[in-house]
Amino acid sequence: MTANGNSVEVEELVKRFGDFTAVDRISFQSRPGEVFGLLGPNGSGKSTTIRILCGLLHPSAGRATVAGYDVVKSPELIRRNIGYMSQKFSLYGDLTVLENLRFYSGMYGVERSVVQERIGWGLEMAGLRGRESSLTRDLSGGWKQRLALGCAVLHRPPIVFLDEPTSGVDPLSRRLFWELIQRMSDDGVTIFVTTHYMDEAEYCNRLALMYRGSLVALGTPTELKLNSIEGSLLLLECDRLGDAIGRVRAIKGVRDVAVFGNALHLVVSDDADVVSAIQMALEADRIVIARLQQIRPSLEDAFVALTAGRRALPSEAIAQ
Amino acid sequence: MDERLAAVTVSGLVKDFPGVRAIDHLSFEVAHNEIFGIVGPDGAGKTTTMRILAGVLAPDSGHATVAGCDVARDPEAVKHLISYMPQRFGLYEDLSVDENIRFYADLFGVRRIDREARASELLTACGIREFRTRLAGKLSGGMKQKLGLVCALIHTPQVLLLDEPTNGVDPVSRREFWAMLYTLVGQGVTIVNSTAYLDEAERCHRIALLYEGRLLFCDTPAKLKAQMPGAVVAIVSARARQVRDDFADADGVSSLVLVGDAVHLFVDDPDRRIRELTQRLDAHHIPYSEIVRVTPTIEDLFVEAVRGEGAREAGQ
Repeated sequence: MTANGNSVEVEELVKRFGDFTAVDRISFQSRPGEVFGLLGPNGSGKSTTIRILCGLLHPSAGRATVAGYDVVKSPELIRRNIGYMSQKFSLYGDLTVLENLRFYSGMYGVERSVVQERIGWGLEMAGLRGRESSLTRDLSGGWKQRLALGCAVLHRPPIVFLDEPTSGVDPLSRRLFWELIQRMSDDGVTIFVTTHYMDEAEYCNRLALMYRGSLVALGTPTELKLNSIEGSLLLLECDRLGDAIGRVRAIKGVRDVAVFGNALHLVVSDDADVVSAIQMALEADRIVIARLQQIRPSLEDAFVALTAGRRALPSEAIAQ
Repeated sequence: MDERLAAVTVSGLVKDFPGVRAIDHLSFEVAHNEIFGIVGPDGAGKTTTMRILAGVLAPDSGHATVAGCDVARDPEAVKHLISYMPQRFGLYEDLSVDENIRFYADLFGVRRIDREARASELLTACGIREFRTRLAGKLSGGMKQKLGLVCALIHTPQVLLLDEPTNGVDPVSRREFWAMLYTLVGQGVTIVNSTAYLDEAERCHRIALLYEGRLLFCDTPAKLKAQMPGAVVAIVSARARQVRDDFADADGVSSLVLVGDAVHLFVDDPDRRIRELTQRLDAHHIPYSEIVRVTPTIEDLFVEAVRGEGAREAGQ
C-alpha cells in the first residue's frame, strides 16, 4: 500500500502508440476493499490501462502504482501482488479441475507449505469439491468462471483484476460470482473490474468511465446516474411509436430520443414547456399517450449522455 | 395465432445434440411487425432456435413456420423470405462497402434494376452512405455491424433473424442499431433478435426467456415484471455492506443483493417495508441517501424464476 492507503494510484497516465493516444492523462485512485470499475466501450483505452497496471506495458508519461509498487520500476513485485482473470478464462480445458489449481499455484509461486490448504480453499470457493477430477472443458460456464477466479487468487493477492468476468454467464451464476467478489472485498481485497457491460458496472462501488482514451466521469453508480444528464429523462409510452419518434425529435428542448421496447426515453431540457409541447405535438397527430413521466436514468443513459459531446462525427467514425 | 397471421410460429420444437437437449419442446409465436427477443444466457438454446428458423438446421421434432413456410419441409423457400444475420456475419474485409453489398445482392438474386435504389435507401438509413468506397476492414465495429444489416436487408426480407447482433458493441452504437431496427419494423419487417443481455430484452416488444433449452416466460417486458411477486426496494448508502449484513433477517425481506453502492431487497409489501426499513436504518444509525422502490430488472425476474425452479426440483 502507499502511504495514503490507496491500493491503486494512477496519475496523469498517458500511453501513445505512434501518433495515436490510447490513454490520455487519466488519474484516479482506488482503496482496499473497493470494487472499482473501469467502464468503456471497446477501444476506449481500458485494456491498455490494465496492461500498464499489471506491469506488462510501459506508460509514455505519468505514474501508476499498484499495491504501493511503481509499475515501471517493479513490475515483478506487482505481478506477485495481483490476480488476473479475463473474460476468456485462461483455464486449460484438457486438464482436470485439480490440475488447473495445481498449475496456477505453481505459476503464482504459492508456498509449498500452504499449497494443499489453498487448493482446498479454491475448491471450496468454486463449489467444486467432489469434482476435482472432472475435465475443465466439461464444466458449465458458471463453474468455469468460479474455478478461474479460484485459480487467480490462490496466492492471496491484495488486488484482483477482472476483465469482463461475467459476460455470457447465466444470471444466477453471475449473482453467485458477485457474491464471491463482495466477500473478497469484505476482507479488504481491491477488486478492479474492466467491462463494457452496464450490468456488470452496476455491481461496482465506484466507476471510472473511459471514452476515447480519456476519463469522462468518476463516481458511484448512483452519482453517475443522477449527475450525468443535463435536464431530465422522460419515459413516454404511446401508440404509433414510429410516428411519435419523428414528432418528438422535432420539438425544441428534446435533446435525445431512444427506443425501449414499447416506450421512448427522451432527454429534455428542464423546462416546463417541453412536456406540454410533447403532449400537444402528439395530440395533433392523434397519437395516444399512455404514460409520460420523469424517470431515473440508467447507467446506459448516463454513459450515452456523458460521451455525447465527444462522439465522433460520421467522417471520423473509422477504425483507428 | 393463425399461421398466416403470425410471422413466425414454433410449436413443440426439440433439438438434441450428442449428450445434450439443446431445445426442449419450445413453443411461441411472433406477430407481424414485432421485435421479438429470444433472451437467455449462453447455452440456453438461442442460436439453435435461430438456426432452425433460418432453415439451416433441421429440428428433431416439432414444427416451425416462418413467413408462412414450413422451415423443415421447405427450407429453400424460407431463405428467400427471410434474412439471417449470424453472430459473425460474413463481410469481406478486403472488399469495399459497395462491393460487399453487390456480393450479397447477387447471392440473394436481387435484380440489378432494384438494387441501387434499395442499397442507397439502406445506406442512408444506416448513416454509412459516405463510406461506400471504403474497405469493410477499415470500418469501426459499430459501422461493420450496420453494413452487415444493409447486406442482410438487400433483398427486402419479410422476417429478419438476428443472432446476438450487438455483442461487444458500445452503448451508443447499440442505440443507433436499435433505432434502425425500429425503422425497419415501421416498414413492415418482423424482427427476431436473440440476446444474452437482459437489459437488451427491455427494448423488445415481446420476449421469450430461455433457460437450458426451455421456455421460462413469453410476454411483454412490462407484463413479465408485473408477474414478479413482491417488489424491489433499493437502499443507497455509503455503508451498503452493513445494510446487507444487518437487514437479511428483516421482516418481509426474502432476499437481498449488494449492487454497487446500493442494496436491493426483495420484499413482499413495498410501502410497509420501506416504512419499517427506514425506522431500522435510523435506529441503527446507518446513513443512507435514498430508500426507494425500484422497477425489477429482467435479470431480477430471471434469477427469481430460475431459483423458484431449482427449489421445485429440489422438493421432488
